[in-house]
Amino acid sequence: MACEATRGCAARSAVAVRVIPCLDVDGGRVVKGVRFVDLRDAGDPVELAARYDRAGADELTFLDITASSADRETMYDVVRRTAEQVFIPLTVGGGVRAVADVDRLLRAGADKVALNTAAVARPGLLREAADRFGSQCVVLSIDARRSSNTESGFEVTTHGGRRGAGIDAVQWSRDAVAMGAGEILLNSVDADGTQAGFDLALIAAVRGAAAVPLIASGGAGALSHFAPAVAAGADAVLAASLFHFGVVSIGAVKQELAAAGYPIRPTSAVPRAS
Amino acid sequence: MTSRRPSVVVLDYGSGNLRSAERALQRVGAAAEISADPAAALGADGLVVPGVGAFAACMAGLRAVGGDQVIAKRLAGSRPVLGICVGMQVLFETGEEHGAWTDGVGCWPGVVQMLAAPVLPHMGWNVVAAPPATRLLAGLGADEMFYFVHSYAVLHAPRRGVAAAEPLTGWTRHGAEFVALVEDGPLMATQFHPEKSADAGAALLANWLETLT
Repeated sequence: MACEATRGCAARSAVAVRVIPCLDVDGGRVVKGVRFVDLRDAGDPVELAARYDRAGADELTFLDITASSADRETMYDVVRRTAEQVFIPLTVGGGVRAVADVDRLLRAGADKVALNTAAVARPGLLREAADRFGSQCVVLSIDARRSSNTESGFEVTTHGGRRGAGIDAVQWSRDAVAMGAGEILLNSVDADGTQAGFDLALIAAVRGAAAVPLIASGGAGALSHFAPAVAAGADAVLAASLFHFGVVSIGAVKQELAAAGYPIRPTSAVPRAS
Repeated sequence: MTSRRPSVVVLDYGSGNLRSAERALQRVGAAAEISADPAAALGADGLVVPGVGAFAACMAGLRAVGGDQVIAKRLAGSRPVLGICVGMQVLFETGEEHGAWTDGVGCWPGVVQMLAAPVLPHMGWNVVAAPPATRLLAGLGADEMFYFVHSYAVLHAPRRGVAAAEPLTGWTRHGAEFVALVEDGPLMATQFHPEKSADAGAALLANWLETLT
């Protein structure tokens, strides 16, 4: 198509690298203290989600770390209230055990649901969820650590990184995509919390095995850490405390990525709808 | 300009997250509701046909609630319909998935097929190139981005449709250039999700509400 006669040029378009803040939610409250002076209630995931939307987040991830099933009910309410107010994609993970859980989260307003420990225990869950709701809403969340026990040198862990599953993380990503996972949220247990940068070898290894979008997580501690994750093969970058503590802003990460030559979603020129 | 809020039905045929579409339409001033009732879907000022997942499953769901007939009846009376994502794809003649062919509603000639790209789904924010006359993109700059999530698309512009004039087509690239937007008289559609596209998406939905009478 000729570009001259049009508004914009499709031939030069490319999907933007997504910048995703992740909120850990326990009993309906954001954990890991959030330090934003402009929030009325920094523990409210709905208010924080709206703030990140205003700040240019391309997508949001909620991880429910609630231990008790009674408190888990509050997560559905959090998702519902967020979807009422925030009009960017929302992924919800944590404690999703069955297709019925996926259904409830989607109905509450989640766009994608992340499966982790339950999929390791019963991989068929990925296929069941993909068959029923489509691969586009099934995210495989992998907590991987370096290990000499697997061929690739990376091992899947469960229960928030505390238990080794004895499964090769790279092979698992390949198998999970074959079973219907439409995206991979790849978290490095080793890098998580170090703020020393993403595990680039892990990203590259999974990129080579899985032809679905790949979100890199774990280890971001500075602006300079993001572009190398994309160079290693990530389609999206995720961070939690780095954003929550205001160490860097979503906009600054995007500027850094753009300076490295990657497409980003610029701030919209459209006046904000009320 | 009337002060009455336009009524919109988001067609419920068992497909995906409808709440976001309903809320996004309400946010820009529509009296929107989710409904599977053919009478409500026929009577509203505007009908939104959403859709996620597989073409064949969406088509089966659409037929089960008589949605294909509702769309045909509305268009026969030039009453606006907006298809979103797979709700756009089913408006074409045919969907091809894993070698199996499924009939669509057939408003536009064309085949919905898997994109050839190193990474699928095409998931994330991208731009749409379109003729300046498109109504949905009025006031939106060329660098505004919209949220896509799909593995299938139409690769050729529909040359004829329900209106007398040739449909207007907007384009996006992922592996290949594909149809991201179509405007054909009362029938409009987007491959992306305006309800998930933040302020740019809200502006597009507001533009669509302007076309409702």
